[in-house]
Amino acid sequence: MKFVLALVALVALAFVPSFAGPYPLGLGIGVLGYGVLATAWAMFSGPTRYISLATVAFFGLGAYTVAVLSETLPYPVVLFVAAVIGLVVALIVGLATLRLAGIYFVIFTFGLTELVRQLVTYYEVNVTRTLGRYVFLPLGPEHIYWQLLALLAATLGMAYWVRQSRIGLALRVIGDDPVVASHLGIRITRTKLTLFSISCVIMTLAGAIQAPRWTYIEPSIVFNPTTSFLVVIMALLGGPNRLFGPLLGAVPLFLLFEWLSANFPNHYSIILGLLFIAIVFVLPNGVLAAGESLWTRLSRREART
Amino acid sequence: MTLLSLKSVTKRFGGLTAVNGLSFDLLEGETVGLLGPNGSGKTTALNMISGYLPVSDGTIALAGDAISTLRPERIAHRGVARTFQLVRALPSLSVGENVLAALAFRKEPLWGKAAETRIADLLADVGLAGRAGQPADSLTYIDLKRMELARALASDPRLLLLDEWLAGLNPTELRAGIDLITSLRQRGITILLVEHVMDAVRALCSRCIVMNAGSKIADGPTAEVLADAEVIRAYLGDDHA
Repeated sequence: MKFVLALVALVALAFVPSFAGPYPLGLGIGVLGYGVLATAWAMFSGPTRYISLATVAFFGLGAYTVAVLSETLPYPVVLFVAAVIGLVVALIVGLATLRLAGIYFVIFTFGLTELVRQLVTYYEVNVTRTLGRYVFLPLGPEHIYWQLLALLAATLGMAYWVRQSRIGLALRVIGDDPVVASHLGIRITRTKLTLFSISCVIMTLAGAIQAPRWTYIEPSIVFNPTTSFLVVIMALLGGPNRLFGPLLGAVPLFLLFEWLSANFPNHYSIILGLLFIAIVFVLPNGVLAAGESLWTRLSRREART
Repeated sequence: MTLLSLKSVTKRFGGLTAVNGLSFDLLEGETVGLLGPNGSGKTTALNMISGYLPVSDGTIALAGDAISTLRPERIAHRGVARTFQLVRALPSLSVGENVLAALAFRKEPLWGKAAETRIADLLADVGLAGRAGQPADSLTYIDLKRMELARALASDPRLLLLDEWLAGLNPTELRAGIDLITSLRQRGITILLVEHVMDAVRALCSRCIVMNAGSKIADGPTAEVLADAEVIRAYLGDDHA
């Protein structure tokens, strides 16, 4: 039943471009893009509680791959290359960092984003002697929308599978207590690396698919650290340990941020920071969990009266 | 047959030698007590056997194969399971999932329906029948200990390491705990238990190893070892010896 509902929703959403104007379609692309990023982020960071701020490093790598290769290779091949680059970087980063825990991991992933951005900038300025790049691909906003919708469906499908599988349980055990995990026979590094890589490849693809939308790309646009923070807030708001939680956080927050940045361009970052603090304080387990516990409390009260 | 063999095992933390040249053998099916005052190196010894801490010197062998260089997950796959001095439940999982976590990642993994049946059996064995769906963080202390034992047993261990599993129990719970360990012994599981509860040690262990300040000071039949002057001195001081 749930599966049928999801399929109906998917088909219905696929028809949005046929009646939505350019602005709503743009919003749709933004929602889908962040929905993918937040779901992919939570797939790894939800159960393990490893807060990664490297989302935009992979997102930007995807976008840059498209910018660099789109004129020399067919588009599907470019997407494939982007995924491979995302995978290779994820494996390198994962092997180097996944033994770190807590705050060290957070700081490292944040530093990684800066490092990747600076490396790309250095390469462009000193080797190719340019900074920005143009992406000319015959892809309209509706094509980007459909690709992102397909990626979101695939990401949710993957997240669902992970939750049902042994690897999902392994991640939750690692998140609770890595010492117990290793004593139960769980290969910690391999498990974390697998999920981290899957999650990073999805983020890379999300960046690659959205690259044609900007037309002009430069490091400060596609490696903007705010994106990483937004993704964390979205996932936390919706609840990172629920299948639809991150997506549910992405929809209202993206729309809110759009509205804020249009109406309060100068105070946008301040409001963002306050929101981040508020979410962490008020809803540490996300809206869905808060709703559920409220529901339990209310039904208990009803049972008593 | 010798199941576990420690040869001159040493653990140094910087300048401190926590375990110093510890050697002993455990025969298959034996229940042996590892005793000693606080800080004598018992838990450190268990931690080295389970792979949680690397040894500084010496070798540990399980059924003849060296395991002292292996990581904990590899040692677990060879049939060593343990409980922890301070209970380590997986708080965000249910009681059943805590046990499933062991079943799903042991050498011959169980998953799905087969795992569910086994979880129900294991929980019944430790006195937690029908509690699989309960959140682990809602259990009482004794029930957490029971759950941790069910989790350790889920991996079908050849060697079970119990680190003060009976500590902190009231007399009724203690009786139940001793009965539970006795039933494991009857199943042929080799057990090494670190314990301070002497009644339990007398009831369960045919043999005891006593450590003091990182070294072994006695090893033999329980009654003899507990009457040994050096052991009493280590535990209670010179006046009682």
